[in-house]
Amino acid sequence: MHHRILERWSRGTSPIHGLDPRAKIAALLVFLIVLATAHRSLALLSAGLFLLLAGGVFRARLPLWAVIERAALVLPFSLVFAIISWAAGDPARGLSLLAKSYLSALAVLLVVATTPLPSLLSGLEQAGVPRFLLLVGQFLYRYLFVIVEEAQCMRAAAAARAGSARAWLAGTARFGAAAGALAVLFARSYGRAEHIHRAMLARGFQGNFQKLERNSFRMSDAGFALTASLAVVALRLAAERLAW
Amino acid sequence: MTPLVEVRGLRFRYEDGTAALNGVHFRLYPGETVALLGPNGSGKTTFVLHLNGLLSGEGAVEVCGLPVNPANLANIRRKIGMVFQDSDNQLFMPTVLEDVAFGLLNVGLDRASAVSRAQAALETVGMERSASRAPYHLSAGEKKRVAVAGIVAMEPEVLILDEPTANLDPPGQRSLVELIAHLPQAKILVTHDIPFALALCQRAVFFNGGVIAAEGAVEDIVARFEWGFTAERSKSPGG
Repeated sequence: MHHRILERWSRGTSPIHGLDPRAKIAALLVFLIVLATAHRSLALLSAGLFLLLAGGVFRARLPLWAVIERAALVLPFSLVFAIISWAAGDPARGLSLLAKSYLSALAVLLVVATTPLPSLLSGLEQAGVPRFLLLVGQFLYRYLFVIVEEAQCMRAAAAARAGSARAWLAGTARFGAAAGALAVLFARSYGRAEHIHRAMLARGFQGNFQKLERNSFRMSDAGFALTASLAVVALRLAAERLAW
Repeated sequence: MTPLVEVRGLRFRYEDGTAALNGVHFRLYPGETVALLGPNGSGKTTFVLHLNGLLSGEGAVEVCGLPVNPANLANIRRKIGMVFQDSDNQLFMPTVLEDVAFGLLNVGLDRASAVSRAQAALETVGMERSASRAPYHLSAGEKKRVAVAGIVAMEPEVLILDEPTANLDPPGQRSLVELIAHLPQAKILVTHDIPFALALCQRAVFFNGGVIAAEGAVEDIVARFEWGFTAERSKSPGG
């Protein structure tokens, strides 16, 4: 599963892995703002930002092609809107949407793949993201695969009795049965949530998650955040100047 | 001898009206390991959930002399450690070490002490090399050991294990028996696994219909209720 690969990547030892998560989050934020607000000479800027991110992936000692491939998972979603823009007579907007969504996904992936989840969450919390949202994210990440496994077991059990999993996938099985399976999955997930909460209470949980480790923001982290942000801004200025 | 756990006339009814406990009397003494046996739905798990205040019914429940009530809950939950049946429900933190330290931080230990006690607990269960691993990468047996470590780290006086051998292969069961046998706390084991109960428990209580129907030596209870199971090879229809 994707999150297992991300988990493995995030436990690396490169200089980018060693940075404080807040430095990476700050640089990511600047990257996203610069990209989102760019309108002119987008092709040139996109190429520059892509090379910058590829450099980051290389420096983080991650497999470049695998990262590029995984970031492409966002394309089917943005492709729908790109096609709508194209059909509405604005192909440039469609292409811009594709480029921006892909580069944003690549940048987010680079941060997530170089920061273990606990550090990332604690960095986001220190950056002011509401704790409740982060807890939801943490639990979703932890239990997503458990729920997926339950769904897979249910699908196998249904297929074993219906004769063919293909009938389920093709949607020729009764809609009511599929809806029932979804309802059961929801009920099971709800039941599991209750059990988890009970286990937390049994170990003295009183509504506040205490952290084991604290991040420390050093000069080198500030240096990285500043350099990366300046590089992104400089790329945009250069691309716009070249376009004139 | 003063009992560690004393329950008198415990009754409990679920919100849907199902009567789960109908007057349970129970005592656990220091150093004892007791098996709770009985059919599914007889009230065993409901009963143990009352011991650390996760459920609350009518009657008296005392742990180490403290009545289980909202004012004493924090104290009671330090004294009673509970390992749940499905380890996935118990291991929710991103890494093994953080999960084992979860309860320690909740009871107010500083970070350094929590880390040191969590590491010691991981050593006790033989999982010290997995401290930085994610819980979902562990096997069922490893998850169970980490779940036990999370409880042992709290240094409780009573350990409750709900169906501890469920989903474990025979080597996993054997190693869990060895681990539990070496833990010094008094223990309550909710189980259907008779060899497991025989290996660890001096006493068994048999739940039926929300009451304790009998108690005594594990062998006697198993024989009286025909609770053991030995499969015999069935003859094929043709043979």
